Amino acid sequence: MKLVKNAIGRLVPSEVNGEKQTPYQGIGKHRPTGNKAKPQISTCADYPDDGNKVVKNLKEALKKAGLKDGMTISTHHHLRDGDVLTNQLFDTIKSMGIKNIRWFPSASFPCHKHLIKYLEDGTIHHIEGSMNGPLGRFTTEGNMNGVGVLRSHGGRYQSVQDGEVHIDIAVIAAPTADPFGNSTGDRGPAACGLLGFALADSEYADKVIVATDNLVPFPCYPWQIQGNNVDYVVEVETLGDPSKIVSGTTQVTKSPDRLLIAEYVADFFEKAGILKDGFSFQAGAGGTNLAFALILKEKMIAQNIKARFIRGGSTKYLVEMLEEGLTDYILDGQTFDLEGVRSMRENPGHVNTSPFTSYNYHGKGNFASIIDAVVLGATEVDINFNANVVTHSDGYLLHGIGGWQNCLFSKCTILAIPSFRDRIPVIVDEVTTVTGPGELIDVIITERGIAINPNRKDLLKAVKGTDLPIKTIKEIYEEVNQICGGAPAKPKVNKDKVVAVIKWVDGTILDSVFEIKK
Amino acid sequence: MKPAANKANAGKSGPDVRSDCYVEIELKKSGENKINLKSKVEIMYGDSTRKLINEMCNFFELKHAEITIEDSGALPGTIMARFELAVKRLFPDCEKEFLPEFNKNNYYKTTKEKLRRSRLYLPGNEPKFYPNAGLHGPDGIILDLEDSVAVTEKDAAQLVVRNSLRTIDFYGAERMVRINQLPQGLDDLKYIVPHNVHVILIPKVESADQIKQVEEKVLELKKEHGIKNDIYFMPIIESALGTLKAYEIAIASKFNCALAIGLEDYTADLGVQRTNEGTESIFARQMLVNAAKAAGIQAIDTVFSDVGDMEGLRASVIEAKQLGFEGKGCIHPRQVKVVHEAIAPEEKEIVKAKKIVLAFEEAEKKGLGVVSLGTKMIDAPVVKRAQNTIKLALLNGLINNDWRKDEIG
Repeated sequence: MKLVKNAIGRLVPSEVNGEKQTPYQGIGKHRPTGNKAKPQISTCADYPDDGNKVVKNLKEALKKAGLKDGMTISTHHHLRDGDVLTNQLFDTIKSMGIKNIRWFPSASFPCHKHLIKYLEDGTIHHIEGSMNGPLGRFTTEGNMNGVGVLRSHGGRYQSVQDGEVHIDIAVIAAPTADPFGNSTGDRGPAACGLLGFALADSEYADKVIVATDNLVPFPCYPWQIQGNNVDYVVEVETLGDPSKIVSGTTQVTKSPDRLLIAEYVADFFEKAGILKDGFSFQAGAGGTNLAFALILKEKMIAQNIKARFIRGGSTKYLVEMLEEGLTDYILDGQTFDLEGVRSMRENPGHVNTSPFTSYNYHGKGNFASIIDAVVLGATEVDINFNANVVTHSDGYLLHGIGGWQNCLFSKCTILAIPSFRDRIPVIVDEVTTVTGPGELIDVIITERGIAINPNRKDLLKAVKGTDLPIKTIKEIYEEVNQICGGAPAKPKVNKDKVVAVIKWVDGTILDSVFEIKK
Repeated sequence: MKPAANKANAGKSGPDVRSDCYVEIELKKSGENKINLKSKVEIMYGDSTRKLINEMCNFFELKHAEITIEDSGALPGTIMARFELAVKRLFPDCEKEFLPEFNKNNYYKTTKEKLRRSRLYLPGNEPKFYPNAGLHGPDGIILDLEDSVAVTEKDAAQLVVRNSLRTIDFYGAERMVRINQLPQGLDDLKYIVPHNVHVILIPKVESADQIKQVEEKVLELKKEHGIKNDIYFMPIIESALGTLKAYEIAIASKFNCALAIGLEDYTADLGVQRTNEGTESIFARQMLVNAAKAAGIQAIDTVFSDVGDMEGLRASVIEAKQLGFEGKGCIHPRQVKVVHEAIAPEEKEIVKAKKIVLAFEEAEKKGLGVVSLGTKMIDAPVVKRAQNTIKLALLNGLINNDWRKDEIG
């Protein structure tokens, strides 16, 4: 495999799964020209006049869709770890004797370890999406036939619209749908909130199959996916386990150290001047981020400050802020708990957004760069502020990128992370895998202090003279090494075998994941 | 060295264990030492851990040993403590100590009068809580060898506490250790005195003699190890007898810096329930405050055990402050901030204190023997209290270092 050095000095392959690649060029440097991919023209003459596109079962739908060896099949992760449909889909594909599928999920979860046997027997050739948990381990140990491709949510939309990935068949799990194919995620037994991740697929795939366990008479209104883009509708017994699709309650951390980090983040918002009337922010649903949102909320009430919008993943805590008038809108990308789903269904201020509006880099702007500040996590950050979310320090792929890369474009990108976990340093000299370039990462907030990227002179100036525990990233790095007993050894990898590549938001290759020598 | 058995173990294993390790040593008849390491951090620290174990084998002259280690991400000081303990359980006569390097940040000293608003208890055999404890800003950190340690793990805690005093940065918190009840507690001293312990908490004290025993042993160890820094004592009164003897205890040693009260044991001794209102212990608390003040040392209140009830904690601190206590025990890091806020002076106290301190400084500058504010004379203890109020206000960020300028300007 031929490797070239990209603009941040990482070795990346110039060809992946037989397709030529562009190495990462720098932020905003790669400017493709030409037109977007073109979906096929369809005609109503080929579809039933009564709008009833229901077929007997998944197998029938796949057959009618013309499933063949080597095709690209897409699925979506809005059912999260409760997803039953994707596993059934590949059971069906296997039973039809089909081989070498490129699986193109928007993300994978531990429940998909069921698919490892299909990666082993050649039903699935490789995964382009995320390789979480057991799939990550399988891939990193060099067991996948092809090379894995990891993309952000925005990058996934970009790859489809730019024609880098052509989807032959999209299978969309719809918690509620009608026979015409209009679909929504905000109601039904497997309600998950929204279906934004499936939007690109519904627009660009050759064939679109909607599977639902809650078929309602036409029209399914309001709809999130338009039936006009759908070929077949399949009724299934169940899409998944609702308790694993959304959690009943999202948990605020109880760890005193995480709470300390959350306090520092909220203090930083206040003292760096981010917290002001009409501001906006995004924070995920992790325990530290939830705690941060609650502390920030107290500050907002005390200082009579209101946000213009908050970007979800939404949780009941954000919903409360919306309902208490502390923000005008939640612009939501996914809902993490039942309160989020309810609010999305009932509240016009709780807006359903997609990777197109929020994250797509090849568009006429997106929401991510409009936000005043985002609070994200990472598995590792290095002394140059480069960060990693996909592998751990042992070299194994364990997480997807999600919207993380896309969020880095906010006006102030904050990583709220512990400086080490058990004996695993999080602040390191060089990250195992670059998922985000340091020039976009502004502030690292740990329990041991706050490090501001030296490029952000404005932020450094803003916090001067405050009581925030400002340190350099190098100081935190050295402190952590002192605690952990020296810098950690690097994993021994096979530099001749790339098992997966990390795409940047513009489709170029940012970094490679190498096979771990067992 | 004669082994007491051919096999011994130490430490913790299991799926829920983190930042700790389990060590087993089995002595064979012959053969090289063999290390079986199963580590959660194999890739990052497997080699360095094996190197450390080999070094320790040489240090303790261990031969023909089969060593099994299950490492759940233990820090080096913990691995050392667990391994040394397994060796000592094999060879009870072994006197050698494998000491980790002393962290250069840990040389700081304390003073008798240091503020002791909060003291955070950390269980002596739970090293995972140590590295971040100081980040929560308690005035003192107590590594506890007494009630939080199982009877069968007292030897384990001694080594963990010793190594932690050397390696863990507590970020300026006063370094305290609670030893066991005497006479067992006397044996704890050699694990802490040589390693820059600042304050020794002596539990269940009922006589002046007990303090004298500790003092004698501490002075002996200081001499042996050439320790120059003062080491202070905080006797804990936890019984009816101790309460009645509080003053005797308070003046038993010039190294006493405070008296503390422990209400769990005290209420048990009285045979009553401990309540949140604390009516049952009012005599003991007042007695203790008076004994401490009479002896010129600090009075420190008990812990507040409901870690979920921050408002209850706040009320309890305010009440303790009213009774004359200057500090409170914490069993969770989140309690520290609440304690500091509750002890902090109120706005009107600060306003008054500023005026008094400025008048005092003005009088000093002019060489006047008498301080007066308006037409009122100010006594020396009032000045001292005002200075203390200012110090607390500064610590809590209620005023800044330039407060004099703001006041005059």
